[in-house]
Amino acid sequence: MFDTLLIANRGEIACRIIRTARRLGIRTLAVYSDADANALHVREADDALPIGPAPARESYLRGDRILSAAKRGGASAIHPGYGFLSENAEFAEACAAAGVCFVGPPADAIRSMGLKHAAKQRMEAAGVPVIPGFHGESQDPTTLAQAANQIGFPVLVKAVAGGGGKGMRRVDAPDQLEAAITSAAREAKAAFGDARILIERCLDRPRHIEVQVFADAHGHVVHLFERDCSLQRRHQKVVEEAPAPGLAPDMRAAMGEAAIRASRAIGYRGAGTVEFIVDVSNGLEGAPFYFMEMNTRLQVEHPVTEFVTGTDLVEWQLRVAAGEPLPATQDDLAITGHAIEVRVYAEDPARKYLPQTGTLVRHRPASGEGVRVDSGVAEGDTISHHYDPMISKLIVHGCDRDTALRRLRGALEDYEIAGVVTNQALLRHIVDHPVFVRGDVDTGFLDTHASEVIPVEAEAPAELVALACAAILAARSARAIPQGGKDPFSPWAVPDAFRLNEDGLDTLSFRFRKHDFDVVAHFTAEAITLEWGRHAVVVRDARVDGADRVSAVLDGVRRTASFVDTDAAIHVIQRGRTLRLDRIAARANVDDDGAGGGVIRAPMPGRVTAVLVAEGERVRQGQALVQLEAMKMEHTLAAAASGRVGQLSAVVGQQVEEGATLLVIE
Amino acid sequence: MSTPSSQIDAKSDAFFANAEPMRRLVEDLRQKHAQIAKGGGERAVERHVSRGKLLPRERVRVLLDPGSPFLELSALAADAMYDDPVPAAGIITGIGRISGRECVVICNDATVKGGTYYPMTVKKQLRAQEIARENRLPCIYLVDSGGAFLPEQADVFPDREHFGRSFYNQAMMSSMGIPQIAAVMGSCTAGGAYLPAMSDESIIVKGQGTIFLGGPPLVKAATGEEVSAEELGGGDVHSRISGVADHLAQDDRHALALARRAVGHLARSKQVDLELREPREPVLDPEELMGVVPADTRTPYDVREVITRIVDGSELDEFKRRYGETLVTGFAHIHGYPVGIIANNGVLFSESALKGTHFIELCCQRGIPLVFFQNITGFMVGKKYEHGGIAKDGAKMVTAVACARVPKFTIIIGGSYGAGNYAMCGRAYSPRLLFCWPNARISVMGGEQAAHVLSTVRSDAMAARGEVFSDADREQYMHEIRCQYEAEGHPYYASARLWDDGIIDPRDTRRVLGLGISAALNAPIEPTPFGVFRM
Repeated sequence: MFDTLLIANRGEIACRIIRTARRLGIRTLAVYSDADANALHVREADDALPIGPAPARESYLRGDRILSAAKRGGASAIHPGYGFLSENAEFAEACAAAGVCFVGPPADAIRSMGLKHAAKQRMEAAGVPVIPGFHGESQDPTTLAQAANQIGFPVLVKAVAGGGGKGMRRVDAPDQLEAAITSAAREAKAAFGDARILIERCLDRPRHIEVQVFADAHGHVVHLFERDCSLQRRHQKVVEEAPAPGLAPDMRAAMGEAAIRASRAIGYRGAGTVEFIVDVSNGLEGAPFYFMEMNTRLQVEHPVTEFVTGTDLVEWQLRVAAGEPLPATQDDLAITGHAIEVRVYAEDPARKYLPQTGTLVRHRPASGEGVRVDSGVAEGDTISHHYDPMISKLIVHGCDRDTALRRLRGALEDYEIAGVVTNQALLRHIVDHPVFVRGDVDTGFLDTHASEVIPVEAEAPAELVALACAAILAARSARAIPQGGKDPFSPWAVPDAFRLNEDGLDTLSFRFRKHDFDVVAHFTAEAITLEWGRHAVVVRDARVDGADRVSAVLDGVRRTASFVDTDAAIHVIQRGRTLRLDRIAARANVDDDGAGGGVIRAPMPGRVTAVLVAEGERVRQGQALVQLEAMKMEHTLAAAASGRVGQLSAVVGQQVEEGATLLVIE
Repeated sequence: MSTPSSQIDAKSDAFFANAEPMRRLVEDLRQKHAQIAKGGGERAVERHVSRGKLLPRERVRVLLDPGSPFLELSALAADAMYDDPVPAAGIITGIGRISGRECVVICNDATVKGGTYYPMTVKKQLRAQEIARENRLPCIYLVDSGGAFLPEQADVFPDREHFGRSFYNQAMMSSMGIPQIAAVMGSCTAGGAYLPAMSDESIIVKGQGTIFLGGPPLVKAATGEEVSAEELGGGDVHSRISGVADHLAQDDRHALALARRAVGHLARSKQVDLELREPREPVLDPEELMGVVPADTRTPYDVREVITRIVDGSELDEFKRRYGETLVTGFAHIHGYPVGIIANNGVLFSESALKGTHFIELCCQRGIPLVFFQNITGFMVGKKYEHGGIAKDGAKMVTAVACARVPKFTIIIGGSYGAGNYAMCGRAYSPRLLFCWPNARISVMGGEQAAHVLSTVRSDAMAARGEVFSDADREQYMHEIRCQYEAEGHPYYASARLWDDGIIDPRDTRRVLGLGISAALNAPIEPTPFGVFRM
């Protein structure tokens, strides 16, 4: 086994690998970009070395720097995690050349699965069922169009070098094909440096079921059963579970055997995942399954497999990489209970899943029996725009799916996150949705049931608003008593809004989702009455314990919640719901007002990919002005009103911060 | 340490008979206050709000630290004094906390006659400035005023204690290092223009605030120049061109935030030179203050029942308890602040005056604030007492009260008559704050005594002329005197004229005193040089 392991990754997976390495007595060496100098994975590793600026292509994708870090830090092995260099054959080769063990498959195996069309051809040859499609070298539009017609619409246009949904388009009719190919190719070129695309049949009710495989250097290959990852949005997995609901043992065995065949066909070694698409148009029983692709790395969702098989897949990876045989044979492996994983993202489902950035003013993962949270951040850390917006994975295990579901509901309610908008409410709604409860989700679930699961909060929940006010008012009292200074008991510090011959009154001004509102607090000797909009709540005995929990009797019922009050906002967290109310009080920082209405600002941090107008040009209302690539999406910013482009500051390729002025329309 | 004890039975009929009238007085006071707090009427309020301006009481609230107290001064000022109602004299004044510091707030109410200055408006503003000066409290002016109320100009403009004194005060306070900060949130015309101009730091609201010596009509009349108010002296002009204002605010809230920021930058903290204790609520229920004081002010009662329901732990350590018993003196704490308490418990005799003088000397020697509870019919009269030199003993106490440089606070809890008012630190003796209970009566003597005295004088004069003062005439005459004394001795009458700083609910006494003492500690407690005591 290795003395020192370099982890060429960041975030939750780096932390997760460190945990296993530590358990096995292996020293860990983290690497980090400038943006991650104080990140959790750096704090948790034994040592850490810097590898460059924040953009991944200048740090986490720089194999040369990682290898020199390994040399400097005395690491004899490199675990690439997932993403970044994990499926980069050149890097695997470079490791070998440098005499460092790459914890992953041989470069050839990566390569043969990296190019999807070649992979499918090999799979077909090895007797693994593949989906009908065009995987040819030709990128000629006519050839592609013919192929699409032959396969039959709807079809999927995908990047040959793709993954994670990048460069993928669904096309329903022939006339949309060309536009889809062009944009998919552009995205593929930008993401992978390879513009080639392939075309496949698009299934109407597909389920995504994948099989975990493991192979060692001694010719052993096993599968660790399946994971159902059908619940996706834009091919990004959101919920994963094992075993797949309703999967019959014989079909499981058939899929497992196909996956093992696939692995053997390419001389695989290490952890891999063979993704199948199952057409459940006529139910799952006896449904056809097709090979989609093989991920030659550890998957994000590996913990559900670990839960149901009682294994540590990172340990397996390390043992296999060190030349040991697989820790278990196929006969040793069995499924125990049911596990479900949900991915907690910093994104706003109500705003087209717009990725969110900010500081996690509160991050208290759920815990308890059968609950596991893999996170790469801690309270106080920042979710930046540089990397994936995943905050954590919440994984639960139970003796059956029902138990797992109940644990998941409880854990989602216990999980406290504040500071950035997350998909927590969406996850709660999914977990409660009858189709999901039934285990009948296909990959179209989130589109089909969007209106039922995407949270819409037109107004702030009254109970949470009242608790926010109670927290603010009670915290004032708590602060007022021992304040130090030369007049420590001053009656001026008693925050009861005392007035002569009238009841005290105070206004708490908030902003909720861009709308301002005032809560008026009336103080009497017995209670405080809060009034806003059509709400009136009588608050008694508001208390703050330990500065982060508020408890108050609201209209006669005692309610409690967790809260965080920063100067800028108060966050109230109760049973998995987080209400953020921005506080509009400290406005003194604004001296004179800035530019007016026609200013086009970056809605989020990102990179300018296109400037579609020139200075002085006349633009119509709604006309596209600037394209911004942020995280994993391309945003087009349009003119809010007609006018002439005045100052134009956006430059293609430029990295811009949220709120940065891109151009001004006069 | 004295243990609190009380003869009061809150379940007795006598208590109930006392409490009911007091409750009615307090209720009437609250209703009166509520009416005054509405400002200058619905239409004026509507017009004010429609311009995007906050109402004056909202301005004050937003200016103050969130949820903090506001000790409003003289809300009843100008009550029933002019042909038209002028609620609160068109100006809100008081002490409040801004960015952790006690300040005096002076805020025009433009809904009342356009915020113009009546004679009582001027008096109220000057009183607020006086409080600021004596206690070294920063002054924050929220200006929204059309200047002097022209029909009353003779009583507003020329005299020593008239409008001009405001600016004199600003200059003097500034010279003493007492910050003057103005936010111009509406008009600020003519003399009023000096308010922000004389301030150390000033803020003006864009599109709302204007400052000019002569408004557009006057300019046109004087020079023929036609100019809009905004061009003449709006926020942009004064923050960019003239330099009369230092900060341009986008709106009221922004202006108030800037004012808070300005106070936050004062970078001074108060130096408290007293030994403080952790405050304790009174053991005896302050709620019972309502029934402690007899409904008929002539009925004697033990003032200790009042004191022990106001001071910390209901603990009063008396001084000279057995001597001069009609005056109670002693040490106590209010909200943790040490105080010397002087309270009437009957008519003043020579012994009581000497005891009071001695106690005042003690407190001044030790730098302990003094609290007076006034319920005084006056000094004892009669041959025996005049011969005993009650005048010179009274003079000693008056001298001591006048000279005492420690912070003095007076609460009139009953009658306040004659020289007793002086000896017990009446308005003329510059208590830092003076508040009345709603049952208080202030006059040179009681209505009954005055009716007797004046009818005797008239009867004697008529007899000298050989006329007869019939019993019916005498009764009628006495009735008129009683009525006049009743009206003029009423606390509303007094408060309207600023003979006090306001009328308070007896149950608020402890809090008001605590706030007042805390505010007073912003000024150092100075040693007292006493005048000559006539021996």
